[in-house]
Amino acid sequence: MLKRTHLAASVLLLALSSLMMPAQAENAPATNGDTLKKIKARGEVVCGVHPARHGFAAIDSKGKWEGLDVDFCHALAAAVFGDASKVRFTPLSTAQRFPAIQSGEVDVLSRNITASLTRDVALGLNFAPPNFYTGTGFMVRANSGVKKVDDLDGATVCITPGSSTEQNVAQIFASRNMHYTPVVIENNKEYVAAYLAGRCDVIARDKVALPGIKTFDAEKPEDHIILPGIYSKEPLAMAVRKGDDQWYDIVKWVVYATFNAEEMNVSQSNVDQQLKSADPDVQGLLGVTGGFGQKLGLDDKWVYNIVKQVGNYGDIYNRHFGPQSAEPLDRDLNNQWNKGGLLYGLPIR
Amino acid sequence: MMKQSDNPGASTAFRLFTFLGSKTVRSWCYQFLLAALLIGFSYWLYSNVVDNLRAQRIATGFGFLPQSAQFAIGETLIDYTPQDSYARAVLVGLLNTLYVTVCGIVLATVLGFMVGIGRVSKNWLLAKVCVTYVELLRNVPVILQVIFWSVVIRNLPSPRGAIELPGGFLTNRGLTFTVPAADNGWLWTLVALFAALVLSALVSGLARRLREQHGKLLPVGRIRLALVIALPLLAWLMCGAPHELNRPELRGFNFKGGFTISPEFTALLLGIALYSSSFIAEIVRAGIQSVPKGQLEAARALSFSPWHLMRHVIIPQAMRVMVPPLASQYVSLAKNSSIAVVVGYPELANISNTLMNQTGQALEAIAIMMVVYLIISGTTSLLMNLFNRYVAIKER
Repeated sequence: MLKRTHLAASVLLLALSSLMMPAQAENAPATNGDTLKKIKARGEVVCGVHPARHGFAAIDSKGKWEGLDVDFCHALAAAVFGDASKVRFTPLSTAQRFPAIQSGEVDVLSRNITASLTRDVALGLNFAPPNFYTGTGFMVRANSGVKKVDDLDGATVCITPGSSTEQNVAQIFASRNMHYTPVVIENNKEYVAAYLAGRCDVIARDKVALPGIKTFDAEKPEDHIILPGIYSKEPLAMAVRKGDDQWYDIVKWVVYATFNAEEMNVSQSNVDQQLKSADPDVQGLLGVTGGFGQKLGLDDKWVYNIVKQVGNYGDIYNRHFGPQSAEPLDRDLNNQWNKGGLLYGLPIR
Repeated sequence: MMKQSDNPGASTAFRLFTFLGSKTVRSWCYQFLLAALLIGFSYWLYSNVVDNLRAQRIATGFGFLPQSAQFAIGETLIDYTPQDSYARAVLVGLLNTLYVTVCGIVLATVLGFMVGIGRVSKNWLLAKVCVTYVELLRNVPVILQVIFWSVVIRNLPSPRGAIELPGGFLTNRGLTFTVPAADNGWLWTLVALFAALVLSALVSGLARRLREQHGKLLPVGRIRLALVIALPLLAWLMCGAPHELNRPELRGFNFKGGFTISPEFTALLLGIALYSSSFIAEIVRAGIQSVPKGQLEAARALSFSPWHLMRHVIIPQAMRVMVPPLASQYVSLAKNSSIAVVVGYPELANISNTLMNQTGQALEAIAIMMVVYLIISGTTSLLMNLFNRYVAIKER
């Protein structure tokens, strides 16, 4: 009897002391070069995306992920593996997105995230250059008689929690001295359903996401109108964890590469002819000269692979928001800097 | 177990050995070791988390609480504006949690008692209806029930096509009804009502003493009824009988005036209270059936009416069986209120969710939630234990 108690106690001691070993968990802070090694060993890029936002990330009728954010994940895979299909998508809600990147569950967030100081500094994130500029917009039912934001005094507004929209709405109404009642629902489907069922008078969201709700979720798109004007700065950007500068550089320059390719008129349709171009900038971009891919730790053909398999920024944009798409949208701020937009790819040289 | 005679000739070493070998000392040592290990393990977990967060350059600590929250909250019991601090936003959430929990406990208990008594009724139809109610609600996950109610309410007509009820409107914005306009008179009436309730409790005690010690019977029921009606009425008249009404009117997007119970609150309340009520019904049934048959027969032999039988014989004895499991039902109801995240009622979990997103301080927000739910559950248990002591059999 006595012996057995001793035995049990020592086993317990051993078990607990073995737990005391310093933890080398999966979520140890990223160190330089780590992420790329991990991605190569795994054979795919794990990309955190929005669960359902038409035009950015949504599953189409064939069960494939589609959208601008999704294409940027493919571009990363094309740059790393030379094969755009080597991506695994992890849909994340607003509440899940930051913990998922912090813990290393995903390699990169390409999830309609607004870059801001707090998020950059306090959340241990690094933001790639914004690849989409939008702002808070409002949609109402056509029969509500609302024509502009100033008519919204006393309205009930559907919002998702912790989004920058939530703060913008508070600010927009306060600055106009108007009152509103927020209805905050985290689940994306429930939130859209609440607006469509008339629980709210208004749905507030990044303006670019409203046409999707109007076109795909509403029974009759003409029953809803998107109010004019854009009411905040929402630069949407990809994000990675702090600590791995090499991976951050790769994500950053993949975005710039899509900008530069469009600016130099290197597109999916002409990239093979452009390989023979005499222009030194184009040669450098496509890896004919310069060895820029090597400097990033990638293949020199990285940009060629991106443009060939995914496209330049314009190709990607037109696929989801162009005139032929389900919900056309003016390029507006999302145009090249020399065409009145904000896209300015830092030079690859 | 070795027995050691205490002879003075034994060496100190041997005495030390027997001291260490004694059962109590050994068990104390193990307890102490285990406690030390647990504390060490918790500390290691904590420091590990803090170190890793620091290495990832993620801000930690509760420094964000005094900062301005910058988001609005739909339903608040205290004044709150987006300029207020995160701490106040958390408080708003906490109060909403307590509010929905208290309402839920009351509703679940009333329904549970009715259904539980119905289950043991001799009326075949009533008993079967109650069985169906219990089985249906007990076997469907509570989250689905909450979503179900929220969908039902959401599909009611909008304010412009409101269903008119006497004194109110039912819409997908909630139930809006006419209330007396705010007036200090009403406050005093409430105070008087409360005083009347306290007084009638005292009257019951007094009547009991008179009955038990002097054999005198007081018409307790009538005295109490008179108190509860007359005192508030008197107070109301003394304050000038305010009778202004605050009627809801459709203006702009929604009704102005009146009092509105929001759809989110209703969905959450119905979901968690009905779910818990089915369990409470079973507890009540078990309690009733635990009362020995002899007690019923004795009471019937004394020609107790069914109501008196329930009130004075069955329920007091059933209570002893019912209170402990009821306590755990109340605790689960309080915890279930966090399902509000799904339907959008701004209680603690929902507010913490927003807070987590805006500040990125997930650990801290979760820690606040854990502590608060722990306190709520602990307090509920404590109160129920006190109540249990009150209804327990007192050996005289």
